[in-house]
Amino acid sequence: MSITKTKSYTLGLRCRECLKEYPIQPHHVCEDCFGPLEAVYDYAAIKKVLTREKILSRKHTMWRYQELLPLDQDPTVGLEVGYTPFYRSRRLAQTLGLKELYIKNDAVNFPTLSFKDRVVAVALSKAKEFGMNIVACASTGNLANSLAANAAQAGLESYIFIPADLEQGKVLGTLVFGSHVIGIRGNYDEVNRLCSEIADKYGWAFVNINIRPFYGEGSKTYTYEILEQLGWRAPQHVVVPMAGGSLITKVKKAIKEFYDLGLTEDASTKMHGAQAEGCGPIVHAVIAGNDLFKPEKPNTIAKSLAIGNPADGYYAIKAIKESGGWAATATDEEIVEAMKLLATTEGIFTETAGGVTLAALKKLIQSGHIPPDESVVLSITGNGLKTQEALVGKVGVPELIDAKLSEFDRIYKKP
Amino acid sequence: MPKTRIYITYPEKLIKEPVIYNVGQKFKVVTNIRSATVSSGIGVIGLELDGEQSEITKAVQYIKDLGIKVKPIEQDVME
Ligand SMILES: Cc1ncc(COP(=O)(O)O)c(C=O)c1O
Ligand SMILES: [Zn+2]
Repeated sequence: MSITKTKSYTLGLRCRECLKEYPIQPHHVCEDCFGPLEAVYDYAAIKKVLTREKILSRKHTMWRYQELLPLDQDPTVGLEVGYTPFYRSRRLAQTLGLKELYIKNDAVNFPTLSFKDRVVAVALSKAKEFGMNIVACASTGNLANSLAANAAQAGLESYIFIPADLEQGKVLGTLVFGSHVIGIRGNYDEVNRLCSEIADKYGWAFVNINIRPFYGEGSKTYTYEILEQLGWRAPQHVVVPMAGGSLITKVKKAIKEFYDLGLTEDASTKMHGAQAEGCGPIVHAVIAGNDLFKPEKPNTIAKSLAIGNPADGYYAIKAIKESGGWAATATDEEIVEAMKLLATTEGIFTETAGGVTLAALKKLIQSGHIPPDESVVLSITGNGLKTQEALVGKVGVPELIDAKLSEFDRIYKKP
Repeated sequence: MPKTRIYITYPEKLIKEPVIYNVGQKFKVVTNIRSATVSSGIGVIGLELDGEQSEITKAVQYIKDLGIKVKPIEQDVME
């Protein structure tokens, strides 16, 4: 545990629904109304210390915005996470007919190549503050990798619950870090229920259950970086992949916080949500004009977004609507096409979630929700090396020749 | 005795049914509604069930059999 006691700017937890207040503790729902608990900050105090100059003077990691994260001490886990590349696209922008397109690339986030390293870094630092030495999560992919790796570096024991039939490749990428990996037999609902019960019974730091109010805050840094890297400006549009719907609500929160703190001059970004057609409860609700979503049974190659009953779905719908944004889904074919498009125009190999996001962007341009002359940020949140099976048989095969110059001459077609 | 906390999601055709009243009549459980939201044909209720585990299990099954979705209040935690 850190011995440096920095000033804490987190005042407590508060229910998003009935506003009942709770102390800072590993607890995620309101005892009265079951509403989610959220960290509350002393923004007046933060405004006095967190200036552009202060941020610029700090290391290039997600912790340069430390005051806006719910820790009471300096972070102790995931110290190198974040500050991933952000740049203006030329070739993809041209292909899409967009004047001003930017890409925020968490496919190269450290250490496990997805934006989940941000949330896990906060969750595990918080777990250590609470004195909890066993950390856990239920995950089919990115979260499992990230929790396992960050726990290993922090010297924390970790338990990771996965469905019994998860592919070997994904299991390996978690086991390598020395986690206890437990496969659960049963349908999706049963697996979810068991995880909630284990979190309840054992009192471990279950990052996306009892540590969720702290965990979720970590993803705000993805957006703080966008705002800073764009020159302390908010883009007119951002397209965000959605699973549980947490990331997009934190995009909204981060934009508002930077504006309220005077770090940016505008907070009118339209937020657009992206999901797979085979698991799109949030998008389907937005398009139907509903405030509530209907749970769906996932059937898509975008496994990292396959959450049929999203915990933050209600708030994601609200965030999209209030911002004036819209939403779109992508079929499996459109996902693969978009993954190839990003790779061939920008040299970025994203996972299926990135394919979903780019495919949705294409549709939002076509439908007129994103005008071609406005500034757009495309959120790339995961790496293609993790979901290679999605492209097997879809990107061709190498040509084979004997080791003779004449053989190469034969197949080489002059441009 | 642990209490069971769930969200139940109603389809439009069941919104007028006294489901929770019936649950309290048919099973030895205390029902306690914590939140309720209805919008465009979907109803979501946050419900606490208190009683013997076997009665709660039967009550939950009864609700499911009516075609109502029953989920833990954490919703999907496998991400
Ligand atoms: C690569 C990737 N992008 C986006 C998301 C969506 O995040 P959220 O669950 O916060 O909506 C996830 C995971 O859940 C993910 O793994
Ligand atoms: Zn409440």
